[in-house]
Amino acid sequence: MQPAERQPVVDVAFSDRMAISAGAASRTKILDRLRLGDSVFRNLTRAAAIGVLLLLSGVIISLIDGSIPAIKAFGFGFLVSSRWNPVTENFGALPAIYGTVVTSFIAMLIAVPVGLMIAFFLTELCPKWLRRPIGIAIELLAGIPSIIYGIWGLFIFAPFLQATLQPFLINTFGRAPVIGSLFAGPPYGIGMLTSGLILAIMVLPFVTSITRDVFEAVPGVLKEAAYGLGCTTWEVVRNVVLPYARVGVIGGIMLALGRALGETMAVTFVIGNAHRISASVLAPGTTISATIANEFTEAVGDLYTSALIELGLILFVITFIVLAIARYMLMRIERRIG
Amino acid sequence: MPARYSGRRRSNIIATVLAFAATAFGLGWLVLILGALLWKGFSGLSVAVFTQMTPPPGSSGGLLNPIFGSLMLTTLAVLIGTPIGILAGTYMAEYGRHDRLTSVVRFINDILLSAPSIVVGLFIYEVMVAPMGHFSGWAGGVALAVLVIPVVVRTTEDMLTLVPNALREAATSIGLPRSLTIRRICYRAASAGMVTGVLLAVARISGETAPLLFTSLNNQFWSTNLNQPISSLPVIIFQFALSPYHDWQSLAWTGALIITMAVLALSISARALVPSGKQS
Repeated sequence: MQPAERQPVVDVAFSDRMAISAGAASRTKILDRLRLGDSVFRNLTRAAAIGVLLLLSGVIISLIDGSIPAIKAFGFGFLVSSRWNPVTENFGALPAIYGTVVTSFIAMLIAVPVGLMIAFFLTELCPKWLRRPIGIAIELLAGIPSIIYGIWGLFIFAPFLQATLQPFLINTFGRAPVIGSLFAGPPYGIGMLTSGLILAIMVLPFVTSITRDVFEAVPGVLKEAAYGLGCTTWEVVRNVVLPYARVGVIGGIMLALGRALGETMAVTFVIGNAHRISASVLAPGTTISATIANEFTEAVGDLYTSALIELGLILFVITFIVLAIARYMLMRIERRIG
Repeated sequence: MPARYSGRRRSNIIATVLAFAATAFGLGWLVLILGALLWKGFSGLSVAVFTQMTPPPGSSGGLLNPIFGSLMLTTLAVLIGTPIGILAGTYMAEYGRHDRLTSVVRFINDILLSAPSIVVGLFIYEVMVAPMGHFSGWAGGVALAVLVIPVVVRTTEDMLTLVPNALREAATSIGLPRSLTIRRICYRAASAGMVTGVLLAVARISGETAPLLFTSLNNQFWSTNLNQPISSLPVIIFQFALSPYHDWQSLAWTGALIITMAVLALSISARALVPSGKQS
């Protein structure tokens, strides 16, 4: 009812002849400033997003750049040679690649079935109030830093295996015709089997949490229909839940595999750092990451350093492929669940 | 028919028992590892650990310089990594939610999230240590920041996506420009989740050893100079645990206990901040 008092600031400015110019100027000034701030902020966020892309390409380019001397010196032979001699500067990546693959394989062999069974427990069997605490406890395993697994593995787990599991394996399978060579040799404690077992514990939470999430996303109607037909809990999980969630489960497994392949410190403690390929899983070996961690600071000479960087490049390429497949699979299941 | 029914029942029972066993197996390791840490590390815990420098072999000492070094490196990494991560996550959730750049960045970021940390160490060695000609705390901090960024990007994007659009529309309708809407409204609504992201990132990097081995290296003495090699708790644990000296090994266990407790406290409080969150 009292227009002069109720009018907003800017309109008041217009109503007063004297203030028109000043008011309009300050208004455009404010709007300009806001517009400028808007575009600055937008471009800043865009630059940061592009920065993430540059980070990855920077990693790849710098690794390639660093490994050029080794690539020039050894060529393709680097991938298939099993020699590793810093004195004569003759390097081959095969033992390290072999060790990486074998330890990760052992890890997945154990972590996948155990992780799937834990997910089965958490989604179907566990009482509701216990689900979250147990889920968090399993995920805490992923939170423990890898160096802790290393020190624990070296001082507690390896001696334990040396006294119990390894003699048992040697005595049981050591003289068997085909698999005997897998368990030949003395029980060192440290070695590829120990590394694989520790990796299994480390990647278990990754398998579990992703599998649990995709199991939970299976539509209840499907499960109820199967129960209605008279299926047991296990049959529902095996014949309904697992096939439906298959893509997501594989994605989770690949993600865990990517972790296992690149894991460094825990393996460095217990692998034994021996550059040779042995059929026995009880023998010490080495992995790509353990080799880099052990030798990089002591590497003298450009060729030695470069060979280690090329090892890093190989590791990065392998994990990149595995992780890319994992993400692709997980994206597919996400799209399906919506 | 009865025979087949009992067979199905049996396999159901076997599977159930196996599922219980698998869960006990998984939880067992957590108990075993934490128990070993407490048993081995707790006896070494004393005031001296927090007030004295790392000793030469054969004498007593503490972990003051590595603890301080770790705090400095972690702070540096968070200061560098968090703003970049939040800005990138903001772009993905607010400006380019459906554009091509976002889906590419999301894919690459997810790969960075699980990329081997030792490769990050090699990368920083190549771009910082080699050109500078010496190991330094700066390089260590940047290496850790590279690990912080993907974690923060991921949680920021997830949390901003959860902010209801009605809030943005309301802000726009009263004439707030886009950038102010994001900073004053969306950030505030998503703040708990974004803090969680930073906490998770700190938890992740505070135990990281591999990227520090050839960036910040190690230092036996008190040093706050980021331009010099700097001591950090994980690297000291690595060095001391593999040494033949008993004093050093027991200090390594104590350091391991300190790190684990800090990391577990961080990840539990991060979870507590997001009540029913789906954080992995």
